[in-house]
Amino acid sequence: MAVLLIAEHNNKELRPFTLNAATAASQIDSDVHAVIIGQNFADASKQLCEIPVVKKVLSVEGAHYENFTAENFAPVIVKLAENYSHIVCSANTFGKNLMPRIAAHLDTSQVSDIIKVISPDTFLRPIYAGNAFATIKSNDAKKCITIRPTSFDPCESTGGSAPIEKVDASEEFSNTKFIKREEIKSDRPELGTARIVVSGGRGMQSGDNFKLITEIADKLGAAIGASRAAVDAGYISNDHQVGQTGKVVVPDLYIAVGISGAIQHLAGMKESKVIVAINKDGEAPIFSVADYGLEADLFEALPQFMEELNKLNTIQK
Amino acid sequence: MKILVAVKRVIDYNVQIRVKEDGTGVVTDNVKMSTNPPDDNAIEEAVKIKEAGKASEVVAVTVGEEKAQETVRKALAVGADRGVHVKVDGTLEPLAVSKILQKIADKEKPDLVFMGKQAIDDDCNQTGQMLSALLNWPQATFASKIDVKDNKLEVTREIDEGLETIEINVPAIVTCDLRLNEPRYASLPNIMKAKKKPIEEIAASDLGVDVSPRLEQLKVEEPPKRKAGIKVANVAELVQKLKNEAKVI
Repeated sequence: MAVLLIAEHNNKELRPFTLNAATAASQIDSDVHAVIIGQNFADASKQLCEIPVVKKVLSVEGAHYENFTAENFAPVIVKLAENYSHIVCSANTFGKNLMPRIAAHLDTSQVSDIIKVISPDTFLRPIYAGNAFATIKSNDAKKCITIRPTSFDPCESTGGSAPIEKVDASEEFSNTKFIKREEIKSDRPELGTARIVVSGGRGMQSGDNFKLITEIADKLGAAIGASRAAVDAGYISNDHQVGQTGKVVVPDLYIAVGISGAIQHLAGMKESKVIVAINKDGEAPIFSVADYGLEADLFEALPQFMEELNKLNTIQK
Repeated sequence: MKILVAVKRVIDYNVQIRVKEDGTGVVTDNVKMSTNPPDDNAIEEAVKIKEAGKASEVVAVTVGEEKAQETVRKALAVGADRGVHVKVDGTLEPLAVSKILQKIADKEKPDLVFMGKQAIDDDCNQTGQMLSALLNWPQATFASKIDVKDNKLEVTREIDEGLETIEINVPAIVTCDLRLNEPRYASLPNIMKAKKKPIEEIAASDLGVDVSPRLEQLKVEEPPKRKAGIKVANVAELVQKLKNEAKVI
């Protein structure tokens, strides 16, 4: 049986991690169908059809799908699941919210946040904030899988031409009402997919001081991250949090500034290719994962860092 | 309103876990255990709602072995009224836990069920959503703010793009983020008082629920270690290394 991929989108365009989830789905079985659920999503649906690994697109439209409520999404996916061996989507807040609701309806034990497909029924996933890896075999007839997007490369996004099949909408779930979404708009790259991330922690001491990080991030074309301590202290909004209960990032370069390196933070960044730590406490655990450690006061080091960057003739973007 | 709060006993968040040499799991003998951190937020929120006069009773429930009762006792010490301990041997998958909680919800008839958004041991992030599917109740996951309004809740959820606000009718499930509140510490007199509060013990086998495992854990291993890095003397050296050695800027 084929694999059903749940497309993530905002009714305008596909969200980028759909491509990573499509890669994982295609590693489970070459026959990947994708379901897109929402309202007025013609462009997103077109993008989905163009993904070469997607062989068929199932399209479900309805006003009650506009805000991606799991209570509305789950019944229609459960119905479609009849024809599929696996249901797959990203383990971001969209998939985390939705997939267990589907799995429970299907009486299936979900396998969350996999980082590798070992075989169609066996997967590798991190546990204990990534301090151990578990190999899990699912014996359920239908498998519900969420994938860690940063552990799978995005697949090709153009060249395909999957046919679209319309699917009837399910009834509206009336006990949940969407009120509003406050998205933080930024011209910077998305944290989850950025090539460089500059992150600040409690050592930043205030939200204002984050401008030292913003300046460098803009110079490098980087996204801005933060430790939970910095978000809890109100220095920066929650969508910047990197770690076990925030986002997992795997950039080419991760610069941790004033972050001590609690295991919960390391869980979200220690797979980065190159890690830089700037901290005045030479004993801080962040240095144990850093390729380049600088023991220094960040309020002196960051302005110097900016000066040094300004001296460079070229900066990779 | 009656609030049921599910709590789980896990390895303490400060413990650096060790993988067993035979690859069957992680070492739990002589390791400090405590309540799953966001479950503490769930209890705190329920108690705050009761203190504000908007809830009549807070019941703490755990599903676990003998010692899991400590987490219920701790919930009682910070303000829960009574406890339920569903006894099981070994660890259950979130699907099995949610089926047990469904039975408890059928019996207790709460208006709200709270729990942490994720357990920090298996990092599954499933139980609340599964329970809400089984009960066909609304779910407000990753909650960082809850406003109780008569028979509705307005909940702010932390999502990847920022914040989302939804309104849900009770009965409903809420899974709590660490930012929802600041859990209080139990005072010594309250710890003493909690010892007198009732905890009902129920054998999972008496609930008529299929809790058999669907997943096999074939192996648990250490993640690959990063090779040790170097300390640089100053910012100029750092930038030079990033440019010419790591070639990332």
